[in-house]
Amino acid sequence: MSENPFSLWVYLSQSPLLWLTVTLLVYAIADAVSLKTHRHPFANPVLHSMWIIGAFLLLTGTSYTTYFGGAQFVHFLLGPATVALAVPLYENRKVVAAAVLPMLAALVAGSVTAVASVVLLAEAAGLPRAVVLSLAPKSVTAGVAMGISESLHADPSLTAVAVVLTGIMGAIIVTPLMNRMGITDFRARGFAVGIAAHGIGTARAFQVDAVAGVFAGIAMSLNALVTSLLVPLAVTLLAR
Amino acid sequence: MIASLSLILLCQLAGEVVVRGLILPVPGPVIGLMLLLLLLLARDRFAVLARGPLQGDGVENASRGLLANLSLLFVPAGVGVVQKLDLVAAHGIAIAAVLAISVVVTLLVTVATFLVASRLMARGRRAP
Repeated sequence: MSENPFSLWVYLSQSPLLWLTVTLLVYAIADAVSLKTHRHPFANPVLHSMWIIGAFLLLTGTSYTTYFGGAQFVHFLLGPATVALAVPLYENRKVVAAAVLPMLAALVAGSVTAVASVVLLAEAAGLPRAVVLSLAPKSVTAGVAMGISESLHADPSLTAVAVVLTGIMGAIIVTPLMNRMGITDFRARGFAVGIAAHGIGTARAFQVDAVAGVFAGIAMSLNALVTSLLVPLAVTLLAR
Repeated sequence: MIASLSLILLCQLAGEVVVRGLILPVPGPVIGLMLLLLLLLARDRFAVLARGPLQGDGVENASRGLLANLSLLFVPAGVGVVQKLDLVAAHGIAIAAVLAISVVVTLLVTVATFLVASRLMARGRRAP
């Protein structure tokens, strides 16, 4: 036993072990609650993990850099998870091949809307230019969006936050919105949430329906391709 | 398990090499996705490839495991909001409103385009 519990805390709070454990533990609890509420949209596990961990960091005066030292092992898996989307795509190749044309049309319309709407709205709200640029790629998955943001000389860490917020909002809104609109085609529902809300939307889609999940995964990966090309163009055309 | 994860990482690595080598404006993992898909399709064509992680659902199970916990992977990036509290105080409400409206508009435009296009296709198939 250490004579001074404070020195133990000082040691642990700087170690990746503590922050990796906190990330997994808080998420596991948030996910269990989400399951208990039958995956209620507002019990979104990312949303609740985010504020609980964030509050814990602020209360203990821990910097994000220290936290990320542990959490980076989880963050790293975003890349392999993108590659893993090949499997549901492969398993549902027949459904996907039959819907290639609607997918391409929806991809173009959706990607353009995602980028143009956020740039125009942010300009209208009078947000500073650096913020507008950082928000532009918010509908693609975190790693990709941060890369786009960097190439625009915007703020990649703000982009990451915008990406996660967009994902959470999309995941919360999609089911009530689509039910209210009376849309029962789970291919279309999944594809829309994959375009608008990338991986968090895709995770939500997999909870609701397997086919929706597959289409969301495809939409998310196609959108990553299109948005990388589209954002620099849109920013030149739309931003002052 | 380890072989399957290695295969996934190898696809991502190859994707990064291709992207850096050819200076493509595409993220490496997306090329990795295409490579893994091609491998899976090729395996069904050529029995030679059906070994290691490409047999007995090896890479399939590893991928399903990763995707089952996809939302966890966004938590570290999301916690980054603690670095942006001054910006949240200054523009938080405007940013949240902009993102929320943009998400709803994007969802509606995408789902409408998908449905209209698939209906036009179905009609096109019936007409001739």
